[in-house]
Amino acid sequence: MSEQEPLLELKGITKEYYGNRVLTDVCFNLRRGEILGLVGENGAGKSTLMNILFGMSVISETGGYNGEVCLEGTTVNFQSPFDALAAGIGMVHQEFSLIPGFTATENILLNGEVLHDNIVTKVFGPRMKTLDFPAMRAIAKNSIDLLGVNISPDTLVAEMPVGHKQFTELAREIHRPEMKVLVLDEPTAVLTESEAQVLLTSLRRLADTGIGIIFITHRLQEIFDVCNRIVILRDGKVVREVATTDTTMPQVAELMVGRDLSGHAAASTEYDAATETILAVEHLWVDMPGETVRDVSFDVHKGEVFGIGGLAGQGKLGIPNGIMGLYAAGGKVRLHDKDVPLNEPAAPLAAGMAFVSEDRRGVGLLLEEALDWNIAFTAMQAQNKFMRPLLGGLIKWRDDRAIRDLAQKYVKALDIKCTDTNQPAQELSGGNQQKVCLAKAFAVEPDVLFVSEPTRGIDVGAKSLVLDALRSYNRDKGTTIVMISSELEELRSICDRIAIVDEGRIAGILPPTASAKDFGLLMIGRRTHEQEAVNNHD
Amino acid sequence: MTRKTFRQSLSRFWVGNAVPVMFVVLIAFAIPLSRFSANYLVGEVITRLGRDSFLVFSLLIPIMAGMGLNFGMVLGAMAGQIGIILVTNWGMTGVGGLFVAMAVGTPLAILLGWAAGIVMNHAKGREMVTSLILGYFINGVYQLVVLYIMGKIIPISNSAIVLSRGYGIRNAIDLKTMRQSLDRLIPLKIDGIQIPVATFVVIALLCLFIWWFGKTKLGHDMRAVGQDMKVAEEAGIKVERTRIIAIIISTVLACYGQIIFLQNIGTLNTYNSHDQTATFAVAALLIGGASVARASIPNVFIGVILFHTMFVVSPTAGKQLMGSAMIGEYFRVFVSYGVIALSIVLYAWKRVKEREQSRSSLRGDQDL
Amino acid sequence: MTSIRTLIDKAGWPRIIIALLLLSLFLAAPAVGVRVDQSLTDTIVRFGMNGVLVLGMIPMVQTGCGLNFGLPLGIIAGLLGATLSIEFGLTGAGGFFGAIGLALPFAVLLGWGYGLLLNRVKGDEMMIATYVGFSSVSFMCMMWMLLPYHSPTMVWGYGGTGLRTTISLERFWVHILDDFLAIRIGQNFMFPTGMILFFALMAFVMWAFFHTKTGTAMTAVGSNPEYARASGVSVDRMRTISVIMSTVYGAIGILVYQQSFGFVQLYNGPFFMALPAVAAILIGGASVNKANITNAIIGTVLFQGILTMTPSVINSAIQSDLSEVVRIIVSDGMIVYALTRSTRKSR
Repeated sequence: MSEQEPLLELKGITKEYYGNRVLTDVCFNLRRGEILGLVGENGAGKSTLMNILFGMSVISETGGYNGEVCLEGTTVNFQSPFDALAAGIGMVHQEFSLIPGFTATENILLNGEVLHDNIVTKVFGPRMKTLDFPAMRAIAKNSIDLLGVNISPDTLVAEMPVGHKQFTELAREIHRPEMKVLVLDEPTAVLTESEAQVLLTSLRRLADTGIGIIFITHRLQEIFDVCNRIVILRDGKVVREVATTDTTMPQVAELMVGRDLSGHAAASTEYDAATETILAVEHLWVDMPGETVRDVSFDVHKGEVFGIGGLAGQGKLGIPNGIMGLYAAGGKVRLHDKDVPLNEPAAPLAAGMAFVSEDRRGVGLLLEEALDWNIAFTAMQAQNKFMRPLLGGLIKWRDDRAIRDLAQKYVKALDIKCTDTNQPAQELSGGNQQKVCLAKAFAVEPDVLFVSEPTRGIDVGAKSLVLDALRSYNRDKGTTIVMISSELEELRSICDRIAIVDEGRIAGILPPTASAKDFGLLMIGRRTHEQEAVNNHD
Repeated sequence: MTRKTFRQSLSRFWVGNAVPVMFVVLIAFAIPLSRFSANYLVGEVITRLGRDSFLVFSLLIPIMAGMGLNFGMVLGAMAGQIGIILVTNWGMTGVGGLFVAMAVGTPLAILLGWAAGIVMNHAKGREMVTSLILGYFINGVYQLVVLYIMGKIIPISNSAIVLSRGYGIRNAIDLKTMRQSLDRLIPLKIDGIQIPVATFVVIALLCLFIWWFGKTKLGHDMRAVGQDMKVAEEAGIKVERTRIIAIIISTVLACYGQIIFLQNIGTLNTYNSHDQTATFAVAALLIGGASVARASIPNVFIGVILFHTMFVVSPTAGKQLMGSAMIGEYFRVFVSYGVIALSIVLYAWKRVKEREQSRSSLRGDQDL
Repeated sequence: MTSIRTLIDKAGWPRIIIALLLLSLFLAAPAVGVRVDQSLTDTIVRFGMNGVLVLGMIPMVQTGCGLNFGLPLGIIAGLLGATLSIEFGLTGAGGFFGAIGLALPFAVLLGWGYGLLLNRVKGDEMMIATYVGFSSVSFMCMMWMLLPYHSPTMVWGYGGTGLRTTISLERFWVHILDDFLAIRIGQNFMFPTGMILFFALMAFVMWAFFHTKTGTAMTAVGSNPEYARASGVSVDRMRTISVIMSTVYGAIGILVYQQSFGFVQLYNGPFFMALPAVAAILIGGASVNKANITNAIIGTVLFQGILTMTPSVINSAIQSDLSEVVRIIVSDGMIVYALTRSTRKSR
């Protein structure tokens, strides 16, 4: 077995996006019949690597990549996912790519149907061929049976439970006889525990037929259950490639999260746990697609910077969005010991909270409007600032001059690069747009400020400017800040305490000085009893 | 809990079938009021089944492809009318003339359908309103062609159809020997009612075609595209091309449908015959229980029968009820537009509801 | 060179073509014996007649409800106001403003219901608006026959039932705005000062409204509803207000139109009134989700200019009446063009 040439080999893969290096010299290989676990934090480069493997257009549009991808010994360079598919590389995505009104059979053979010739075909071409449903059904059934699950090929996808959809998706990839390599991206994220177990068994069966599988998940337990080897990516580099039997879960977690805290000035020097609680969240649930919050409770003390971290999709983003009323939510939120109603965006604003959304372009900005509007609007609507009452208050007239003055103040204070305050927000760079979002929240002068992914998608220089702005705002005005970020290092550099969210719940709250291993274990869903106790205590 | 699900299923049935049920009730009231004999009504409905079904069928395929109600089918109707005008000009007669008109209309309909498909691909998500306005726009072009170019640039020799000023087509063209040439090709009378056998045969063939088409790769792709463009695209189906083909087929069928319609009527109102084509076809289909996203062959027949029964009885019913036939005529126009408005509203509403429902199922176990 | 290109990009080809067409029509007018001053008067009058209707497009476009193809709903409110005013025998300025006063409650009520409906069908507003317009017009066709009006000016004289299709305003408030402070120069030039002033007033009210807190919120709702919601603005409420405003402007707009036209047109009259107004604001540079008062003014001038000039100039030049065809092609072509521009960022 070990003598054979590798099925898939990645040699020295390096990729830059606009001068930003996201992958550096990535090498590993995959053998036939092997399941390879690929783990890493968000932004470690997993998705870029998969985009390269599948020839996604985003790669060639941004200047291609260096290095080589070899499939069965020959170098390949796919121009589109269809090329990859034809060569025998399939992928099961996190999101379903199924047609709801079609049966399992029709979805499994979508655009790969078994066709019959007829008279019309000769004249009007192959698209007038008729479908051979019995043959298609047989193929689909075969494929489903191979997975070892019990799904009728005639069930409509719309009527399937989530788990069955995932299996249908999987069956679609494996029905092709040429299938050699299968990539699964977080396939168990939507499954119940027992469904996940069935899936893992299916993967093992598939691997035994000689298919090579790359398995991406954040649940390390699953990796240890099913994988032969583990490749750990961090900051675009392979930090370790190791056989599952030669390592332990805490080791992998530590490698994933990485750098231990050296040279970082922990911000928590003068943090005092005895200060009064300003914000209390009890049993919060939030229905935010992809970031579901199930049951979260925590307290934030006055004047602190409270961090919320965790891997993507675990629900950390749902927390601020739920509290600010942007997604359906339940539970209790108390600010200054007063209940804040949920599901009404105006209420938390009026109570003295503000939010810088992670979705800058979607929620954070009026892209087509001028800067001054962007900065002033929330304060104007929520607090009646920048209004001149006319006719004895009957008409609230917009005070354009006050708005401009405000905008100019923040342009200066935050060093926003723009032609003038009339410039539409869409013309600014990402970093400057983020500063506009901060200015908008600052203009509300909140008691508690939620900042969600403040440095996502902006360059390094702008990152430190944004973090500095937050830090000084916290220090100078005494504003309590709740910062949500995927980048643990960022949280550790600025926060007084950091909560880690996993599967919609808080896995634990740690000081920024805690070790990388401790953070890593919380992120991958291995709550020990002590940590549970800490969580409940808080 | 059971009460709730019962109410849910009841409301689901209502949302799905509200329109046909309402119409059955409406007609049940209107027929006795109109005092028409059963014989007369049956005759009228049979005539209209032959006359209008083909046009309604032209709407099915774009619905399958997820493009909604193709109000742009009037483009096909206009192509058919141009075919009829030219055939009349060339002095062709009878069923042969009809087929030549179809042959002349086909390339024109393909061209117009292709253009409409491209326009609608640029207006994804608002195909219906775009196709509606496109119909108005092409109507302007049609008038330009028929009123100013025909007789000037396109030679028209038959003075009977040219306006007295020497160019432009007259308001009404008598189809003479083409009149009902298809309907009466195979003569059959039952109880004094003329049965358009040949027309029904053509319609039956069309049904067969549509049924078969659903089983082809292209038809299958259309259903996939109609349900989820993104998934279809990811599976390698050429989404835009498929949508264009759907519109082309619809336009060509509408062209034939309009020719069949006109041969039954017997005169072409050059500038008005196509005015209400789309409205009436769409209204009939919706009354038959179709929705913006789902339509079947039975919907067509049920719809044509219900819609045209209402159409026939409402003026006299109006006269009996309100003392004015005009009221009945306004009423049936109101019903045509109203049912379209209602269907689109129900459909949009259903989509919003479904979105909410699928989200609430996500919420599931959180309230612990 | 680059500045010309940016100018073209900014204005868009259809507008430039239409502007050039209009300009060439005016230049060609004297050559074919059409009086320019007469044409100017006609253009100005038609601008005044249609201007308020076009202004009515702005609020709904601004809140993201799209082009108001449901304008006939507002027109119906206006018609109710007009007929009631005549029924009560109001004449002169009192008749006109009485009609506005009587129309307003209907407009607000209809607009409110229409707004609630549109809030439930987000994403499909334009199609539904079109058919809400069509079906309400055809519904009113029945009502005009059934409503218990008595004024002999309006009711069919001999044995018929219901209202006439056209009602002359001769003895009521014909030209009440047109003739107010009208300036006449020579035989052929007349400036309808009152009507233009009234338009200016309506435009000012619109402008002022968009400078209030609510108006600002409405613009933000159209620009990015998620942003507005996150700022504590009720998106549905803003949309409803915008629909009510559009409907009210539609009602007042039709009354301005009628006083100049001299007749109230009932029954099928309002059927296709939305399309010219929609086309005008698009020609003026608006898109499906962005419009302002300048767009309305420029668009109305250009579109009504074309409509005035084509019959007179082209008919004199080639002796045939192309005006109807030109109207259809210009207005509907413009709307199709606008609908195919994807203006909203795809998310």
